[in-house]
Amino acid sequence: MRPRRPGPRRVNQQRAPWLILPLAAAALAYVAVPFVALLQRAPWSDLGHLISRPIVLDALRLSITTALAATGIALLLGIPLAWLLARTHFPGRSAARALVTLPMVLPPVVGGAALLFAFGRRGLLGGPVYDSTGFLLPFSMWGVVAANAFVAMPFLVLTVESGLRGADTRYEDAAATLGASRSMIFRRITLPHAAPSIIAGAVLCWARALGEFGATVTFAGNLQGRTQTMPLAVFLALESDRDAAIALSLVLIAVSLAVLLPLRDRWLSV
Amino acid sequence: MKLGVLGLLAVVGVPALVFAACGDDGDDDAGSSTTEARAEQSALEGDITVFAAASLTDAFTEAGTAFESENPDVSVEFNFAASSALREQILAGAPADVFASANTSNMDQVVEGGAASDPENFVTNRLQIAVPAGNDAGVTGLDDFADADLLIGLCAEEVPCGEFAREALANAGVTPSIDTNEPDVRSLLTKVEVGDLDAGIVYVTDVIAAGDAVEGVDIPADVNVIATYPIAALTDAGNAEVADAFVEFVLSDEGQEVLGSYGFDAP
Amino acid sequence: MLHAAIEVHLGDFRLDIGLDVGDGEVVALLGPNGAGKTTALRAIAGLQPLDNGRIELDGTVLDEPAADIFVPTADRPIGVVFQDYLLFPRLSALDNVAFGLRARGHDKAGARNRAREWLERFGLVEHANAKPRTLSGGQAQRVALARALATDPRLLLLDEPLAALDAGTRLEVRTELRRHLATFHGARLLVTHDAVDALVLADRLVIVEHGRVTQTGTPAAVTARPASRYIAQLIGINLLHGTAVGEHTVRLDTGGELTVADPLPGSDIALAIRPQAIALHSHQPDGSPRNAWTATVTDLEADRDRVRVTLTGPVAATAEVTPAAVAELELAPGVSVWATVKATDLEAWSS
Repeated sequence: MRPRRPGPRRVNQQRAPWLILPLAAAALAYVAVPFVALLQRAPWSDLGHLISRPIVLDALRLSITTALAATGIALLLGIPLAWLLARTHFPGRSAARALVTLPMVLPPVVGGAALLFAFGRRGLLGGPVYDSTGFLLPFSMWGVVAANAFVAMPFLVLTVESGLRGADTRYEDAAATLGASRSMIFRRITLPHAAPSIIAGAVLCWARALGEFGATVTFAGNLQGRTQTMPLAVFLALESDRDAAIALSLVLIAVSLAVLLPLRDRWLSV
Repeated sequence: MKLGVLGLLAVVGVPALVFAACGDDGDDDAGSSTTEARAEQSALEGDITVFAAASLTDAFTEAGTAFESENPDVSVEFNFAASSALREQILAGAPADVFASANTSNMDQVVEGGAASDPENFVTNRLQIAVPAGNDAGVTGLDDFADADLLIGLCAEEVPCGEFAREALANAGVTPSIDTNEPDVRSLLTKVEVGDLDAGIVYVTDVIAAGDAVEGVDIPADVNVIATYPIAALTDAGNAEVADAFVEFVLSDEGQEVLGSYGFDAP
Repeated sequence: MLHAAIEVHLGDFRLDIGLDVGDGEVVALLGPNGAGKTTALRAIAGLQPLDNGRIELDGTVLDEPAADIFVPTADRPIGVVFQDYLLFPRLSALDNVAFGLRARGHDKAGARNRAREWLERFGLVEHANAKPRTLSGGQAQRVALARALATDPRLLLLDEPLAALDAGTRLEVRTELRRHLATFHGARLLVTHDAVDALVLADRLVIVEHGRVTQTGTPAAVTARPASRYIAQLIGINLLHGTAVGEHTVRLDTGGELTVADPLPGSDIALAIRPQAIALHSHQPDGSPRNAWTATVTDLEADRDRVRVTLTGPVAATAEVTPAAVAELELAPGVSVWATVKATDLEAWSS
């Protein structure tokens, strides 16, 4: 057998099986090419003027605020739900998990319509609430938050559930033997150990909320400054002003990259 | 000569089918026997795709079925969406045979783009105020659209329905207090149907199509806007013959009758 | 004082043991892997509920299924040192030790002060701010012990406390652990599969095999008269069985006959012979050693500075000799030798 000449010293790096490289490259290219095409059509000379119009700033501010709010709600409600799904056995647990996954499966517009039937002015819950307090979710920023939370929360729940499921429960046993109450165990052991999956879940949730369109427009409507998020603005701009649409898309992409790029590997790894 | 099984079936089957088809004379009215007559004479065959404004959904679907029964070897597929969206798709090269727009401006742009020529106006449509069944908010006219306490929706400015609605409101001297600009008529109508909006401005045809769920409040003719709908066979049509035939059908008495039954007015 | 009657069913496995640990006593639960020792410890800690039985500590019932009583782990006055120590990785050594105090309501500063005292006692105060992953095995064990003791438990449980250490550190840490255990005055129960750990650390042994207790007693009593093959093997002692023929002779199940010094206590007899007490000769020895037989060598195994020689024959036993003797007698598998043992070196009891 011909002895191999030693190549450059690669410590700790796996040499990829030969089939993986071309397939991975194809995947990367598939995602990259549309962005390249977008950049190519971008109206670079007009860009500054296009993106400083109030309609853009309104939409951007609204998108970021509602995505953050939706992520906040998802964290508050989703982490306990994830814990319940991962750590307890109750009748109907698989049904509960299937229910949580549904918003991911439904076309967003259908989700929006369902939200309307539930929380609209004559909705199942929305009706009585409106009649007694005058409070209405549709056509308000909170309606956007509600729609975003509906479609994006499942991403967080499933990610955190998987993280909790794989976690080492022995540390929680140790904490119990030291006298820690269940809430102390949750706060000081379970949550910190689950931090990577919580961060990953929150990022996925935020990204999904930022790009949400169908449920938002169906449930919350479309009004500049109040419910017109970036995706809505882009969609409508496409009808009349393609350059504006591309400019808006670039802004959205830039914002997303600004959040995703600085994420360090080790925050996301278990 | 030997006849295979298939051959035998053909020899026996085809006459049987023909007799069966001619057999049900019982309850036919004059119209369908004309249809049958045309169907027998029709030499058209192939598939066409018709891009049509969302407000034409129900009317064109019926028209399409009627056209298909007169031309049994033809099948018509529809793509209903906002006229502006359709315009964009056509100019980007989407495979369509016919374009029916809810306003002339979108058709003009398609013609300018070289994708169509010689459009003809085939119907007109008027605007009407849509309110939920029962009209709980007691909306009586365009003036109510300035009421900030009511939940008011319009189509987005970028689509024909929205453009015309704003024109009508301007004609009436009303500054509306808008709560949402819906991307198309159908989503606006859904919100009105469900009762989440107190009023919206859509086409007369939309109010009729929504049936009992929605009531219409008329807009006075002196401020109302007439939307003219043009139709044209596209230059790059895959099946030019059938495309032209469909356009002709729409313009014909029969086609006009169908459209009229849905609330459209003559062009 | 711990009184435990533990019955736990896990799949096909049934654990059914009784266990008492007095204040001031160190009891070792000793047995092979899979015997149920860790399950028993977890049951006492409340991490594994009983299926039947009763666990009572200092007069308080912790678990009694029949009376529908179950005290959750966090409410039991126990301290546990786990096999892998399970020090909280994101907390410093100091905060680890302070954890139990914080859990019981002490404020942060107070808890840390007391934790610092404990670390001083264990000689670890300069590692107070170190994270567990930077500590050596022995240091981690001491932190784990300090953490368990900081809450003043009534019962200290140790699960294989030396298993995570390599052979070199083990020796040293074991001696230290013995010293530290002596400073705690409550009941102490440790679980181990290592006989030497048990023998060094415990006042009393409880041997568990296949979910049952097979023997209890002081280390001396158990090593002198092992009740089962497992224990004998564990301690490295030969255990033989036979029937009494006459007052001083035992006919072994393997065929040979051995004479003992004291009168035999019954008809079914168990005999223990320390490997070191068996002498090997190339010829039949002169004089009158009462017990002499020919045996065939089947195996030789070096054990530190001695060699263990496995013999078959009328008396099946393992002898322990010096390497010099092996060389002199030219011992190898298949070789025949003469083996002798003094009657006074035989321990016999009714089996």
